[in-house]
Amino acid sequence: MTTMIDTSHGQAGEHGHHDASDVTIFGFWVYLMTDCVLFGGLFTSYISLHGNLAGGPSSKELFELPFVFVETMLLLLSSCTFGFAMLALHQGKQAAVKGWLVITFLLGAGFIGMELYEFHHLVSEGFGPGRSAFLSGFFTLVGTHGIHVTVGLVWIIVMFLQVSRWGLTPKVATRMTCLSLFWHFLDIVWICVFTFVYLMGTI
Amino acid sequence: MSGTNATAHGTGHGSVKSYVIGFIASVVLTVVAFGVAAAGVSFGTALTLLVIFAVAQILVQLVCFMHLGEAGQETNRITFVFTLVLLFILVGGSLWVMFSLYRNMMPAM
Repeated sequence: MTTMIDTSHGQAGEHGHHDASDVTIFGFWVYLMTDCVLFGGLFTSYISLHGNLAGGPSSKELFELPFVFVETMLLLLSSCTFGFAMLALHQGKQAAVKGWLVITFLLGAGFIGMELYEFHHLVSEGFGPGRSAFLSGFFTLVGTHGIHVTVGLVWIIVMFLQVSRWGLTPKVATRMTCLSLFWHFLDIVWICVFTFVYLMGTI
Repeated sequence: MSGTNATAHGTGHGSVKSYVIGFIASVVLTVVAFGVAAAGVSFGTALTLLVIFAVAQILVQLVCFMHLGEAGQETNRITFVFTLVLLFILVGGSLWVMFSLYRNMMPAM
């Protein structure tokens, strides 16, 4: 029972009914809000503990801003390229969706690679999460964000396979939308990470 | 109904323009923030400026990338505002408690 008469909401893009995908996407948004609270807790712990060095190194001694800047640009660019994937999705361009997914994946993998390098470097110098409360907080907060991004990378692979296998079906579109919210959200959390952990850490 | 209804309605749609504007604005805000950190200003000044730039970039990305400003997104916006209220109470309150403890228990801490 579908017509093109747009009576219910008078808003562009609405088709006069809310299907299951709307509810799914809103549910995912609510999940992201709980993730916000989770990161809020991790930020609170980090801020409370960032001065507790236990005789170990401080943030000022450890963080290198040029490195973090490159990481930030990789993630930001990946957020933009995922946006292009979504635009291609709305236009029904399957090959373009896959292409942008690949590019997003490579940028995100680059970000994680750099983060793993940084973590490895710190641990190998004896400045791992067990060294001090500051480092515990640092590894937990930044590591949790990194785990989220890694899960996102796996999800990107899954969506690439689903798009290849089934094309741009409504189910695939709903999942891509959820992933896009997830990926953009992680870049927003990273804004807080690079501001309050790295930048403030060098002041 | 056309056959290309491969879209979900739960979020806004955006355009190439919104992503490009969002990206450029984010890059600018990021560069400026890194600049402030490298410039060696006082702690208070740095904190204030960095918070402003961070909030600005978050808003840019919410509007340009996540289309939170579009029509049809009212429920998501309200949910987000509610989360901000929760965060203000939980994070702000916890930091208040921790700093109070720090100040009032100085000799032993």
